[in-house]
Amino acid sequence: MSHVDPSAPLEGKPSKATERKLKNEARTQIVSFVFMIFITSTAFLTVASDVIPTHFAIPFILMLAGVQVVMQLYYFMHMNAKGNGWINVMLWSGMFVAALTVAALTVIIGETKF
Amino acid sequence: MSNSSTSKKSVLWDWLTTVDHKKIGIMYFFGGLFFFTIAGLEAMLMRIQLMFPEMSFLHEQTYNEVLTMHGTTMLFLAAMPLFFAFMNFVVPLQIGARDVAFPFINSLGFWLFLFGGLLLNLSWFTGGAPDAGWTAYAPLSTTSAGHGLDYYIMGLQVSGAGTLMSGINFLVTIVNMRAPGMSMMRMPLFTWTTFVTSMLILFAFPALTVGLLLLMMDRIFGGAFFDVAMGGNVVIYQHLFWIFGHPEVYILILPAFGIFSEVISTFAKKRLFGYSAMVFATMIIGFLGFMVWAHHMFTVGMGPIANAIFAVATMAIAVPTGIKIFNWLLTLWGGRIRFTVANLFALAFIPSFVMGGVTGVQLAMSAADYQFHDTYFVVAHFHYVIIGGSVFGIFSATFYWWPKMFGYRLSESLGRWFFWLFLIGFHLTFFVQHFLGLIGMPRRVASYLDGQGLNEMNFISSMGAFMMAFAFILLVINVFVSRKNTDDVQDPWDGRTLEWATTSPVQEYNFAQTPLVRELDAFWHEKQFGDGRMKAAEPLDDIHMPNGSILPIIITTGLTVASFGVIYSTWSIIILGLLINFGAMFVRSIKEDHGYHIPVSEIKREQGEGK
Repeated sequence: MSHVDPSAPLEGKPSKATERKLKNEARTQIVSFVFMIFITSTAFLTVASDVIPTHFAIPFILMLAGVQVVMQLYYFMHMNAKGNGWINVMLWSGMFVAALTVAALTVIIGETKF
Repeated sequence: MSNSSTSKKSVLWDWLTTVDHKKIGIMYFFGGLFFFTIAGLEAMLMRIQLMFPEMSFLHEQTYNEVLTMHGTTMLFLAAMPLFFAFMNFVVPLQIGARDVAFPFINSLGFWLFLFGGLLLNLSWFTGGAPDAGWTAYAPLSTTSAGHGLDYYIMGLQVSGAGTLMSGINFLVTIVNMRAPGMSMMRMPLFTWTTFVTSMLILFAFPALTVGLLLLMMDRIFGGAFFDVAMGGNVVIYQHLFWIFGHPEVYILILPAFGIFSEVISTFAKKRLFGYSAMVFATMIIGFLGFMVWAHHMFTVGMGPIANAIFAVATMAIAVPTGIKIFNWLLTLWGGRIRFTVANLFALAFIPSFVMGGVTGVQLAMSAADYQFHDTYFVVAHFHYVIIGGSVFGIFSATFYWWPKMFGYRLSESLGRWFFWLFLIGFHLTFFVQHFLGLIGMPRRVASYLDGQGLNEMNFISSMGAFMMAFAFILLVINVFVSRKNTDDVQDPWDGRTLEWATTSPVQEYNFAQTPLVRELDAFWHEKQFGDGRMKAAEPLDDIHMPNGSILPIIITTGLTVASFGVIYSTWSIIILGLLINFGAMFVRSIKEDHGYHIPVSEIKREQGEGK
């Protein structure tokens, strides 16, 4: 028990439950990967085509980027897995503080005085 | 290298390479104390200069440098490292862990702090220290002559990187390394405040890093972020600095709150009153700490609505702080209070800090702040909260945890002299400064004219400062003369938390068997309802320990060399420094290092000796 080498390769076969879980996970990964490719190409097309006006394209792309970041964190970086409660807490509270700060700064630095 | 027991090393090499949280804590303590002494001497120089009107003890330029370095050193290099000392030493013990989560990073954080601090203080010998105040507002800082401000920028960047690492390290340690049964709501209050403080560090220090980076660009690489003529904006620097700076003052006070919670409940022999309210108050203070930065900038001209919002948010902080004050009072209520030196500091903290808090609410009224701004009233306010809060906390913790850290008790009688002299000196120095400010003495100015009613109070203030300095000398003497008090050091205060369940001095592996925590105040619970010893959560087994490493010093040296290159804009030195830095990081990454094991036989032998 005591002298376990953490970098040693795993031995034996995975259980049925583990196999099922891995299979599910692989499917989610592929689905989210395809979806993210779709989002990326949408963003590209928004800029590439002349049909969509700029004042719509910029906020739209930013929104897509936000979705992409969240998907990246939850599906590829496994923040949705169990035992990541604190990571979620820290990440979102950090984002909240940063967003609030930036929002306040955009209002109070400038020509207009409030 | 892997799985082998380390051979005996020389003492010096052992301390240079250690990754043991206790040794790093002790090094933080002495590092912090060193800078505390330097910054204290700078304060004395200022008080001598201000003792009489129109003194010429210090040249104006020198006064500006001393003033800047006093503030910068006290906050970044004295108060924070001293808290880190106790956090490092105590938190793993309080949660029943063998070490912090990342021992190597811990060591790296310490050396970055030390080298950053030395780099900053080196500026005294290379043609002048920074002279733009600890805030280094642009454009004063961007146009300051000489290399002083460059040392400020690089010194704080290096030590700030270390602080950020330590903060992350504590977060991971507290989330992941708690002993079985130690749920979040069973953690001692000092561990809780360390946790919230580390969150503040994690979120606040990046703002400082960005502010300093922009300053560096402007000063050294010809940027124009704060150059109004080129379309820059100087007010953005103030915002960036205070977005960091306000959480920073809570980084300085929250650990002290934790220390007082431990000390007061131990010496009142009572469980802390309103534990969960204390925890939530800590979190709310931490949260509000990010919402109030602009109250440092009321007179910048942000406009009435912005001022009003930040004023109200600032006043809201009085609510959770008030909750804490009342909880401490109610912990004392009906307790069997022992007036040890540690507790004296905690008891003196309550009224002193409340006075600082009251002037804080006064300053929060933005309309009135136009009157107070940049006067000695502000100086009095923040010294009341920083000395009456943080420094009292540090001294309280020093007396409280000294037996655990060094294996002997500090003398109580000499300690009482120290306490009373320091307390009286402190109030003498800063109480009169409220009135100096109200009658219009501006802060940060090297002298004042005769016949303006400022003479007497300035003289009283300087005398108080001498008393504090003398008291501090008594503390240093105490450290040396108390070395014989080696009896009753394991649990001298009849402690409540897990650190008192270890031996004194603490064994390298802290706990031979990870303890099982059954209640809040785990050790006290076992004393009352168990057999007075912690129950083990695991069988006695070989203990896996991390290997020491010299790499943190090499990485830090590389970064310091590169900083010199930046200060003197010499590319060859920058590249050399970064090569050393990344080279050492590379070695760390590819070298396999699994640590070593302490065999059961050795643990049993040491346990036998312990009894």
